[in-house]
Amino acid sequence: MAYSDKVIDHYTNPRNVGTLDKSKNNVGTGLVGAPECGDVMRLQIEVDSNNVITDAKFKTFGCGSAIASSSLATEWLKGKSIDDAITIDNMDIVEELALPPVKIHCSVLAEDAIKAAINDYRVKNGLAPIESEKSHH
Amino acid sequence: MKLPLYFDNNATTPMDPRVLEAMLPYFTEKFGNSASRNHAFGWAAEEGVDYAREQVAQLIGANEKEIIFTSGATEGDNLGIKGVFEMYQDKGNHIITCVTEHKAVLDTCKHLEKLGAQVTYLPVKEDGLLDLALLEAAMTPQTILVCIMYGNNEIGVIQPVKEIAAIAHKHGALFMTDATQTVGKIPVNVDADGIDLMAFTAHKMYGPKGVGALYVRRKNPRVKVTAQLDGGGHERGMRSGTLNVAGIVGFGKACEICRLEMDKDAKRLSALRDKLQSGLTVLEESYVNGNVANRLPHTANISFKYVEGEGLMMAMKDLAVSSGSACTSASLEPSYVLKSLGLSDDLAHSSIRFGLGRFTTEEEVDFAIEQTKRAVNHLRELSPLWEMFKEGIDLDKVEWVEH
Repeated sequence: MAYSDKVIDHYTNPRNVGTLDKSKNNVGTGLVGAPECGDVMRLQIEVDSNNVITDAKFKTFGCGSAIASSSLATEWLKGKSIDDAITIDNMDIVEELALPPVKIHCSVLAEDAIKAAINDYRVKNGLAPIESEKSHH
Repeated sequence: MKLPLYFDNNATTPMDPRVLEAMLPYFTEKFGNSASRNHAFGWAAEEGVDYAREQVAQLIGANEKEIIFTSGATEGDNLGIKGVFEMYQDKGNHIITCVTEHKAVLDTCKHLEKLGAQVTYLPVKEDGLLDLALLEAAMTPQTILVCIMYGNNEIGVIQPVKEIAAIAHKHGALFMTDATQTVGKIPVNVDADGIDLMAFTAHKMYGPKGVGALYVRRKNPRVKVTAQLDGGGHERGMRSGTLNVAGIVGFGKACEICRLEMDKDAKRLSALRDKLQSGLTVLEESYVNGNVANRLPHTANISFKYVEGEGLMMAMKDLAVSSGSACTSASLEPSYVLKSLGLSDDLAHSSIRFGLGRFTTEEEVDFAIEQTKRAVNHLRELSPLWEMFKEGIDLDKVEWVEH
């Protein structure tokens, strides 16, 4: 199975690899997946006082499509408001990266990581976590 | 050095040019059907097949009458196991095999379970070797066949075939082995090893794809298998179908070359393999899978903890290797062979199999070491697990959110 050019691009030149200080109140961290399943994504966002994501970082253990999905997610998150960020759908990632059906779970994981990071930020700041309206399980 | 480099010789091998040369006349000039008994075209084809049968038999210390040509090792495994089950039904219905076998053996056994066979799937020890005491304990008066592979395709571990055969024979059962990865790589002798049936194939030993053989012992004891293909009664009635003459001629030539060059190749390849292995295990948290003392000379299976195999292979873009990672298969399950060694799923996901071959050079191995090291280090920079490991977090205690 050949990878799409966009997957190769994100895999070869991953955007926003790194770590934000998870102890800070304006940083939300999402850690999803499990080593036994072959993918773990950690996605972090830094949010300013206007609820805008000013920085996003990721680290991913997984296949090329998982790395590309999280790299793309950080690119999309930067500059978005929390309200816009929560609407990112895994199918947007599938479409952008032209993921084949067998790799859709990578995009699901990226969406889960975004939601987990946002909820971590919300809980830290005294807000209720947002329930996901759809279940992929 | 022409990129990409081929390090997947357990999947298949390139054909030796000498094999191709031997085959070519059999496509055009000597195209006859080896079963045509009444004209020169048939005789020429038959002569080619007869000669090849001797070459194949000689490599494994067999008589040429004991070689049944097949389409490959999968067919050989099917014919051997199903054929024995049918032929020896009056004697018993119990078959013993092992969890690290190739699917051609495991799925054949599963099929026979539906037809009334009782199958024992023995576990293996952490190093991939069979526990002989467990085999001994599993034998029953109903056991008709013990089927254990010679060298494993994923980790290269070589089973104690002689001892296994002795246990099978002591209890009146036949011993069959899938020697697909082994024949032509290390000396195999059906008499010395006590083998009654053995499946192997040309394309793992620098021959063409689509041709293989099942060795079926003719003396002490005389073994018979029920044919699984009905038709013209070729191959002493055990495998009907017009013979793949060109393929068989190539298989014969490949066997001859292996017989003459195996010792030299094995020595050279095990030295290169050891160089590759020691060059890569300098990386922190890297582990060689399977017993290293009893191993095929050309195979190394290494897990690089905290990186995922498919992602890693993508970074090793100039190397053709394979991985036990789930992502390389449609099932999303990591390698059952590695899991049966007791490896945790994450280590199975992190494994890379390097399969060296006759045409692998030292320069290529040096290149592979450098590119693999770079790839592992690069992916560890991206890996949250590596970061957590470096921070001293016990990953087994983390509550993972599985999806």
